[in-house]
Amino acid sequence: MTDNRQLLKGNEAFAEAAIAAGCRYYFGYPITPQNELTEYMSRVLPSVGGSFVQAESELAAISMAYGAAAAGGRALISSSSPGIALMQEGISFLCSANIPMVLLNVSRGGPGVGGIQPGQADYFLATRVGGIVDYHTLVYAPASIQESINILMQAYETAEKYRNPLMLLVDGMLGQMMEPVVVPDGVETIPTTDLHALNPWAVTGHRGSRERRVIRSLRLKPDELERSIEERGEKYARAEIELTSYEAIDLDGAEIVFVAFGSTSRIVKESLTALKRMRIKGGLIRPITLWPFPYRAFDGIDKRTKAVVSVELSKGQLIQDVKLGVNGRFPVKLIHRTGGMLLTPEEIVAAAKNISEVN
Amino acid sequence: MTHRLLFAGFGGQGIMLMGELLAYAAMIDGKQVTYMPSYGPEMRGGTANCSVIVSDGPIASPIITEAGILIAMNEPSLDKFEDDVDPEGLVFINRSLIGRKPRRSDVVSVAVDCIELARDILNEKIANIVMLGAVIRKSNIVSPDSVGEALRRKFSGKKEAFIPINESALSAWRERSEEH
Repeated sequence: MTDNRQLLKGNEAFAEAAIAAGCRYYFGYPITPQNELTEYMSRVLPSVGGSFVQAESELAAISMAYGAAAAGGRALISSSSPGIALMQEGISFLCSANIPMVLLNVSRGGPGVGGIQPGQADYFLATRVGGIVDYHTLVYAPASIQESINILMQAYETAEKYRNPLMLLVDGMLGQMMEPVVVPDGVETIPTTDLHALNPWAVTGHRGSRERRVIRSLRLKPDELERSIEERGEKYARAEIELTSYEAIDLDGAEIVFVAFGSTSRIVKESLTALKRMRIKGGLIRPITLWPFPYRAFDGIDKRTKAVVSVELSKGQLIQDVKLGVNGRFPVKLIHRTGGMLLTPEEIVAAAKNISEVN
Repeated sequence: MTHRLLFAGFGGQGIMLMGELLAYAAMIDGKQVTYMPSYGPEMRGGTANCSVIVSDGPIASPIITEAGILIAMNEPSLDKFEDDVDPEGLVFINRSLIGRKPRRSDVVSVAVDCIELARDILNEKIANIVMLGAVIRKSNIVSPDSVGEALRRKFSGKKEAFIPINESALSAWRERSEEH
């Protein structure tokens, strides 16, 4: 195999891909386990004509990024769970002002400051809205470094198309591990005039030469605020049709269908191989978008399936969407760990065996 | 064929570099590979370990629960991970710091005088590369040429001066008959 693969740490690959996708503004505040990303940006971004700012806090970072994006710039925000929690006000403002943004949450175990080992406890925060309400963040949950790169390469275009923030929810495992990957060659820096043409809503300064453009979160007239929410609702309905994405494996004839995303789905895949040896048929639904959630994937579950099992690194969050997807058609079970503990394939196999025998 | 390697020792011994070089070499060989470091409030003297999986096919989980090969650079690492080695697995022991053999009789143990061999070349800072050389020769998971290439790619620029010393360290260990 002659190859152009590089061995990259997740965090470094995310940064390289964001730059290749046109990111030229990064505002960050350090937090484990995503620090290599901030470090990479500080080293590389200035050399491609971009700007790196280490902010004084997470709230400052998201607000600076809001400013850059409001002017049509491609900005990246990265942090980990507690830091992302601090940024929720800014994310809500971005949504209400219809400003595109790409965010990376290299998540860890919560609640509170929690720990620094991998976790998926930010599921609700990412999919159910962490700031003041009635909006959605587009949420992607890649399971490999290469898939993260591929999603990032499209992320700005998607965020700009929908004029909405887009979040990649990965965890410490994907941020810290290394895999051979291919990062597409970086795009030339997009000229400011082109960015302005791409984003004709951006506040770019005009010295009285055209109509004012207004970007704001505050809408004091209730009818105007309601209209903006309803318009955003139409955009989200479109996103549900256009963006929903998932992987389905071996659903046909499966006794047990697992549902898992991100790094946990990799451990489930390992378990499927072990289950096959024990003649237990397992399948997997892996949501690639967490919002919009791929409820329709559950229509593909075989009628003979005994149980649908949510496998997650949180205390029963993903399972709520699993239940909505299943809609009473099958029993729903939970396999989980929390606090930064990872599930092992052995644990999953043992739980599956138990379910297979009981049901 | 899938190989699972667990490198363990204390912070400052160059555990992560060993794993990274092996992963790099596997990629150069055209294999699939994952490298997963332990991370946390680690410091010089604390514990450090990393897992490397090398395979001809796609790798699902990068986490190792059963290792085919354990590389123990200090005694606490041998204590902690000995039971996680597959039967018939290989256990590499840094004999310079570990005063015992594996307790299990169903594994093959290879004792390497990492520090003494490293001192013969330069100093004990390259003890990790001496061990890596032993792992590569004994296990045949990656080709020695690819490891050399990984070394050259990893030590580019200012670090280039260290390549010859590390190349010597890679070939310092020779298998002796008593270790069969």
